[in-house]
Amino acid sequence: MKLLTCPMNGPRNIDEFQSFGPVRARPDPNGTADREWSRHLFRAENRKGIVVEWWRHVPSNYFFLAERDLVSNEIIRTFDASQLRERA
Amino acid sequence: MPLRLLKYGLSRDYPVSGDIPATPELKPAYDVVIIGGGGHGLACAHHLAKYHGIKSVAVLEKGYLAGGNTARNTTTIRSNYITPEGIAFYKEGVELFERLSQELDFNVMFSQRGQLTLAHTEATMRSFHMRAEMGKHMGTRTEVVDQKGVEELCPLLNMDYGGPLEILGGLWHADGGTARHDAVAWGYAAQASRRGVEIHQRTEVQGFEVVGDRVQAVKTNRGRVACGQVLIATGGMNYDVALMAGVELPIRCYPLQAMVTQPLKPWLHTLVSSVSLHTYLVQSSRGEVVIGGGSDPYQLYSTRSTLDMKEHLAEGAVHLFPFLQGVRLLRQWAGITDMTPDYSPIMGASPLANLWLDCGWGTWGFKATPVAGKRMAQTIAEGRVPDILKPFALERFETFRLLNEMGATAASH
Ligand SMILES: Cc1cc2nc3c(=O)[nH]c(=O)nc-3n(C[C@H](O)[C@H](O)[C@H](O)COP(=O)(O)OP(=O)(O)OC[C@H]3O[C@@H](n4cnc5c(N)ncnc54)[C@H](O)[C@@H]3O)c2cc1C
Repeated sequence: MKLLTCPMNGPRNIDEFQSFGPVRARPDPNGTADREWSRHLFRAENRKGIVVEWWRHVPSNYFFLAERDLVSNEIIRTFDASQLRERA
Repeated sequence: MPLRLLKYGLSRDYPVSGDIPATPELKPAYDVVIIGGGGHGLACAHHLAKYHGIKSVAVLEKGYLAGGNTARNTTTIRSNYITPEGIAFYKEGVELFERLSQELDFNVMFSQRGQLTLAHTEATMRSFHMRAEMGKHMGTRTEVVDQKGVEELCPLLNMDYGGPLEILGGLWHADGGTARHDAVAWGYAAQASRRGVEIHQRTEVQGFEVVGDRVQAVKTNRGRVACGQVLIATGGMNYDVALMAGVELPIRCYPLQAMVTQPLKPWLHTLVSSVSLHTYLVQSSRGEVVIGGGSDPYQLYSTRSTLDMKEHLAEGAVHLFPFLQGVRLLRQWAGITDMTPDYSPIMGASPLANLWLDCGWGTWGFKATPVAGKRMAQTIAEGRVPDILKPFALERFETFRLLNEMGATAASH
């Protein structure tokens, strides 16, 4: 069993969570050409390395972020979405 | 022939005739460099040499021959997709499999036993009707069967009458089948090398020399190789390899797992798959029951296998065939799959003039080994993309012309 530490619910079986994929910057809806929209929609981070991604704790419907290594599968840290806004 | 056999039998040292020559020295240049010695790369090499007279071809494989997803797949071969473009392409793939043993003079053990996909909900039945009509329209053998039809095709199934997972009917695809994956790769490799193609194992591409809009050479752990044309056919590493050439593909990598039971007497005579249970089964010619399902739930570059998936697949298999409960598992494994947003492959041109893509094969590319090899060879030889491949172009994402095969892929690859 792999554990994921939810910022709200603490360490839980990763089975209880749903991955929503890497965080992507939202393009400006008014000033973005089709090409950039297609990038935004269809290309997500997939490099071998560390990604920041959205996760949801399904039973509590709580969305948060995790930093995870795509090769070793190590979960480096998890944090609340408010911290993402602060970082941005 | 009998004399040769007798001579062989009586000889002292049983001389082995190697089908695939040992890795030769790398030459400084080739007309075509194929990156990836899986089924796809080898099939393309075969077609280049046999049908297009291009013999200066090197297949560069970082590990051993066909040790990637070609070695790991569960060998479902079918054409019951949903888009006309997809069905047309996979139909040609199935037809090539029907003749593949003759083509390669190598028994690939193609067994066209049909595929039965099960519906446990009305919604699934509706989607089956759509797929069956599309399939008929495109000239494949695909039809909806009712409960009685399912029972006749697979009498050992647990129909779960009155239960929450009652089988309401199925999609019967008489063209579906299976083949021996290793034989497919070895057959292509043997034919290609007989015609002068060089297969370089343990030769990893680590970078590209790009000048203007052309790949001048690839850099490998064994030195630099200049190239006329280059094909990327590196399975789970397609994103990674294309990125080295500056091409960012809309691909995300997910592990896909499968497992097999101990060998049993033949009892499962079709391929069976269940959409709701995310489980499919096929009995190999050795008697092992191969069990597969959906991809792992999150992105990862790892071929580890998990207890979660083992439990999930066992649960699905035992639900469909309760008598499997005491059967032992022999192996469980995973491959890294290069998933595209629309569950269709990316074939054809890249932003670089002489770099070609045979990528995005995700969880569904084994069945396309012969057709992708044939059509990519044609593309490289003629320098342009044939009509049958055009819908699969990388640009489709920019023009929002997706080929959505998700519903026809998720449960049975
Ligand atoms: C568990 C599982 C079940 C599947 N089931 C099915 C199925 O039932 N039906 C179906 O149609 N498909 C199935 N698939 C998908 C199918 O296996 C693949 O799509 C198909 O085998 C891809 O073939 P390929 O030759 O393109 O890639 P591969 O066979 O993966 O070959 C690519 C090769 O490239 C090499 N390579 C990678 N990087 C480099 C580099 N830098 N330099 C040189 N070489 C490199 C790798 O070592 C590898 O040998 C399944 C996949 C998995 C993992």
